[in-house]
Amino acid sequence: MSALTARLDDIKAQGRAALIGYLPVGYPTVKDSIRAMETMVEAGVDIVEVGLPYSDPVLDGPTIQIAAEHALRHGTRVPDVFPAVKAVAATGAPTVVMSYFNPMLKYGIDRFAQALAEAGGVGVITPDLTPESGHEWITAAKAHDLDRIFLVAPSSTPERLHLTAEASTGFVYAASLMGVTGARASVGEAAERLVLATREAGATHVCLGLGVSTGAQAAQVARYSDGIIVGSALVSCLTAHSSIDDGLAALRTKVAELAAGVRGNA
Amino acid sequence: MAALDELTDAYDKARADPEFFAALERLGREYSGRPSIMTEVPRFAQHAGGARVFLKREDLNHTGSHKINNVLGQALLTKRIGKTRVIAETGAGQHGVATATAAALMDLECVVYMGEEDTQRQALNVARMRLLGATVVPVTTGSRTLRDAINEAYRDWVANVDTTNYVFGTAAGPHPFPAMVRDFQRVIGLESREQMLALGGLPDVVLACVGGGSNAIGMFDAFLDDVDVRLIGCEAAGDGVSTGRHAASIQGGSPGVLHGSRSYVLQNDDGQTIESHSISAGLDYPGVGPQHAWLSDMGRAEYWPISDAEAMEAFRLLCRKEGIMPAIETAHALAGAMRAGQELGPDATLLVNLSGRGDKDVATAAAYFDLLPEEAQ
Repeated sequence: MSALTARLDDIKAQGRAALIGYLPVGYPTVKDSIRAMETMVEAGVDIVEVGLPYSDPVLDGPTIQIAAEHALRHGTRVPDVFPAVKAVAATGAPTVVMSYFNPMLKYGIDRFAQALAEAGGVGVITPDLTPESGHEWITAAKAHDLDRIFLVAPSSTPERLHLTAEASTGFVYAASLMGVTGARASVGEAAERLVLATREAGATHVCLGLGVSTGAQAAQVARYSDGIIVGSALVSCLTAHSSIDDGLAALRTKVAELAAGVRGNA
Repeated sequence: MAALDELTDAYDKARADPEFFAALERLGREYSGRPSIMTEVPRFAQHAGGARVFLKREDLNHTGSHKINNVLGQALLTKRIGKTRVIAETGAGQHGVATATAAALMDLECVVYMGEEDTQRQALNVARMRLLGATVVPVTTGSRTLRDAINEAYRDWVANVDTTNYVFGTAAGPHPFPAMVRDFQRVIGLESREQMLALGGLPDVVLACVGGGSNAIGMFDAFLDDVDVRLIGCEAAGDGVSTGRHAASIQGGSPGVLHGSRSYVLQNDDGQTIESHSISAGLDYPGVGPQHAWLSDMGRAEYWPISDAEAMEAFRLLCRKEGIMPAIETAHALAGAMRAGQELGPDATLLVNLSGRGDKDVATAAAYFDLLPEEAQ
């Protein structure tokens, strides 16, 4: 059993949902992005998702795209993700990478998997890779004991839910709103139907992303999902402040609010 | 994925339905003016080594380019699956104009994403789309060109898939687009082959410009089994492939995945997409359709880099010698024909897909040739 699955099992046994926090490496700098990820863990994030900036992030909204563009413009490279993972994994939080496929392909799929495993990473979320096109990645992930996390959406057919649940390990990433990442005013009931349908299709753990930004939303979603993935709302804490210390303070407050939410204390 | 699965399924059913292609053929004949004619251009040919040069006149189609062939097919498909809204990306604006046109014809809501830089380069086409009732959304992210317009269109599609079909403009992107766009553009090659046979025989060389590659694949497809016919795709080399400022994905890129297809991509060592450069907005794309990558790898087609300067010289010559103003995209294929003709000499017969007309490029070309009055500069 992977460290990620064990952690999700453990959290489920506590009768709550996991809080999974996303931040891109390299925003505002590689060093400060690592500090921000460590801060998230201190403030109550259970699992960290380290984003690898990509030039064409079609499944991310404007907040994350702007941060990714900034990171790339300031020289963030693919190998920067590994020390970030290593530092975050050292906090004890299971650490996964979210990466679009082409940077992994160019780096070498197996080489990427090996470096990630050596850094202490536990898996990769691949937003633009489908299980049927993912043989090379799945093979490498198996070889290096990494979890492979694929996405489902409310538009996914029952066949696709089955296919994705079967191919995924750790958890299945349910994109709760049709659309791209970004904080939304309401999370919608399509999300609950999607989580239930994905579980019915065979997934043990289903974590919900895209749209959660407040403790109240987290509390609502925590009633039916195994984990809540928050990205844009956390990145916004950093973009809203020109000083990194102010940004980290805002991040700490936001994570604490969300962490209370997943425990039903919104 | 659901949207792509649904579209693949709908297209497979449509493809098996003779009525679908009959309706498309009728639209081609009665709406866009098919078949397009074949024009021999002897005065231009003097600059192509004296070879015989024939132009397939897709520029004479309604809306001024080959783009209408594909758009009518995808708009018919949209009606067939009961969606009420279409979105499109556009670079030069030709695909956007064609989509806006088909949307007006078939009573569909239409939103076109266009890089902000392109809305400035192609202001006339922005106005055309708006006159046709479309909403044009300038895209301000990234390089503010075609690739960013595609990113935004994808985001719209994912968010609005219940009502919306994505009318994709080129033979790239995820399945089923490369196959579907080729099928809708095949008419170019099929007509050309017949026309050339009626004129005395198959050409020695067939040329077309390649950005994503839709007009080229539509032209090449009918000639793939004619092993004696050389197929040459002309990529935009901008300032020259060696300068790094170009859009020649096959000649100057490497294998990668962009926008859902595995092909040649302009990318750095990290797999980050590099900005492309070309005087032609329609070729200014850092990827290329996967069929072209395959034709190149198997050696069936050649891909030549054509610089901005070579393309503009061919543009000027076709205007001056034949009274035909090509799109700057198309001028890359004409420059390729000049090079091929000089290499092969007067016995050769060259067929060029004249994929679009140059009205939209008047401002760019006038500035390039320094023809604008001072106060307009």
